[in-house]
Amino acid sequence: MSGTFVGMPAFPKAAHDAVRNTTLRANLKHATHTIRDKRARAVAELDDWAALREAGKQIKDHTLRHLDHYLVQLEESVTAAGGTVHWARDADEANRIVTRLVRETGESEVVKVKSMATQEIGLNEHLEAEGIRAYETDLAELIVQLGDDRPSHILVPAIHRNRGEIRDIFAQEMGRWGRPAPEGLTDTPAELAEAARLHLREKFLRAKVGVSGANFMVAETGTLVVVESEGNGRMCLTLPETLISVVGIEKIVPTWQDLEVFLQTLPRSSTAERMNPYTSTWTGTTDGDGPRTFHLVLIDNGRTDTLADEVGRQALRCIRCSACLNVCPVYERAGGHAYGSVYPGPIGAILSPQLRGTASEIDASLPYASSLCGACYEVCPVAIDIPEVLVHLRERVVEGGEVTLRGTKVTLKPAKGHAAERAAMRAARWAFTHPAVLATGQRMASRTRRFHPRTVPGPGRAWTATRDLPQVPAESFRDWWQRTDGGKEGQK
Amino acid sequence: MSSRDVILGRVRRALGGPAGAPSTYATDIDRSYLREHGSRTTEETVELLAENLADYRAIVHRCSAGELPRTLMRLLAEHGAQSVVVPPELPASWLAEADPVRIHDRAANTAAELDRADSVVTACAVAVAETGTIVLDGSPDQGRRRITLVPDHHICVVRVPGQVVSSVPQALERLDPARPLTWISGPSATSDIELDRVEGVHGPRTLEVVLVSED
Ligand code: SF4
Repeated sequence: MSGTFVGMPAFPKAAHDAVRNTTLRANLKHATHTIRDKRARAVAELDDWAALREAGKQIKDHTLRHLDHYLVQLEESVTAAGGTVHWARDADEANRIVTRLVRETGESEVVKVKSMATQEIGLNEHLEAEGIRAYETDLAELIVQLGDDRPSHILVPAIHRNRGEIRDIFAQEMGRWGRPAPEGLTDTPAELAEAARLHLREKFLRAKVGVSGANFMVAETGTLVVVESEGNGRMCLTLPETLISVVGIEKIVPTWQDLEVFLQTLPRSSTAERMNPYTSTWTGTTDGDGPRTFHLVLIDNGRTDTLADEVGRQALRCIRCSACLNVCPVYERAGGHAYGSVYPGPIGAILSPQLRGTASEIDASLPYASSLCGACYEVCPVAIDIPEVLVHLRERVVEGGEVTLRGTKVTLKPAKGHAAERAAMRAARWAFTHPAVLATGQRMASRTRRFHPRTVPGPGRAWTATRDLPQVPAESFRDWWQRTDGGKEGQK
Repeated sequence: MSSRDVILGRVRRALGGPAGAPSTYATDIDRSYLREHGSRTTEETVELLAENLADYRAIVHRCSAGELPRTLMRLLAEHGAQSVVVPPELPASWLAEADPVRIHDRAANTAAELDRADSVVTACAVAVAETGTIVLDGSPDQGRRRITLVPDHHICVVRVPGQVVSSVPQALERLDPARPLTWISGPSATSDIELDRVEGVHGPRTLEVVLVSED
């Protein structure tokens, strides 16, 4: 991944600061709870939800197991439909390809529809350095871009901003990028949206090059799919003469029919709608309708490394619906920025350390950014067992071991900063294999619980600086079981 | 080595060898999910389409084929449209009574010209009742994708019940992936500002759907 988030503190530090920002917490809480409740209602409308979720999981697993075949098939069908396919092994190569393609058009600006893949590779920054202006056209992305900020949510990237902040950003910054905000702009959402409409329309009408991602690519037909709400996607996909789509290699589905699963599960999981306002599909180019030139840039950038890990591989099923963010108690309090990646929340905690490796402090800390409550797994429309992958990655961070990095097998050393956790895990394993010790320990803990400090002294301090020690129950489970014969004797 | 070969090589190593053409696709995927949700009469399916369209703030009208020209005239007049974009093979009778100046959909039209048009009238390829969605496939009675995007007012005519299906799976069966498709569920909308839904950021702010019953 790119250097976008270089210098980020590790998750505990970033989260520690974020939870003290009360505006941020209030914005986030309101937003995540609203979407979460609406989503539950939208999902409840489909009585075959469990079957759709299972089919989605199976389609993606099947595709991943035969990814070489489907990649080649996709390349053939896109080419047959009039598109050109490019392959990029990492962010740097992808950025160079896109820059070259834009240069070849003779243009020095592009309009962009929100795309996680281009954020992941830091395309905008790269283009900027090469003298090419990239305009984000999704309202929230515009807010982020004008505010010189970072996205904090997959679906609503400016979720951390309230209307007052947005008004100020528009009033101060729009003029520097194009059409200024109207005089006397208020903070009503309708007026803010109107200001964005006018500001961006000017750019759409003159744009010659569009850059997009894609939600799905159909191997059989070479069709790409973009799901959106505002129409900025349609603008970018149909008005420019040249369209460049930058897509991760995991976004493939085998057949046209497979879309029937994801076009049902994605909108409901994501925006809690029966269907999002706009879905566009295109297969190569069409005479007289839309772009005359179409380029597809397929990016690896750590995905094949993720594929090599049989437990972690399931993260590649993700369809970026963001449902897991909205139910996560850690995300709700810490906010998206604390994850130091374009992929925040539970999915970010398992995807970023796999795409980037666990060498940096932030990546090594991400598998710990979870309470393992399992809510993310429950809502995931492709049934990614996020807690399972988290535990698997924790083990990798703590113990080291064999992983694939940029296509090569390497042996990781245990992470340095995690000595305390390693010691704790070793102790836990010893205790679990010595039941008598465990029982005594628990009883001791119960009896002395009034004297327990809130933080642990010595090497454990780092761990408890960002966590409260769990409350020790009055009686251990074992004692309760023995006393009541597993509850048969009744309580007390 | 080209990046293509590098990536395919990494994929194959990750999978423990070339996986080749999958013979297991049919059996790998359990398709026991439903083809449609609930059972409805044809009339009820059309009714559900109308309800779901309205739920996402499309304005829904119903009329007979004979009433269509008058209905379209009225809707354009009520919107104060001076000009209307017309796809090449929109049935001529539909706009026979409408006053606005016709702008014919041509490849040579610039986006700025379309931006000055008040309204657009199109047919559709299929409509999905369960989700309240109309799908356009660029056929000559629907025109290029951009004509239903740039003008601020879109009137879409759906022939009922012939063009209505219940569900997303049924819609995909009817559509040709080789054509560029646009699925539309209500007017353009955003919830990016404190999750308050606002209509029409970039696409048309008003979507009117006329359900015309076939004679
Ligand atoms: S992991 Fe699952 S719930 Fe989270 S964004 Fe991806 S698909 Fe959605």
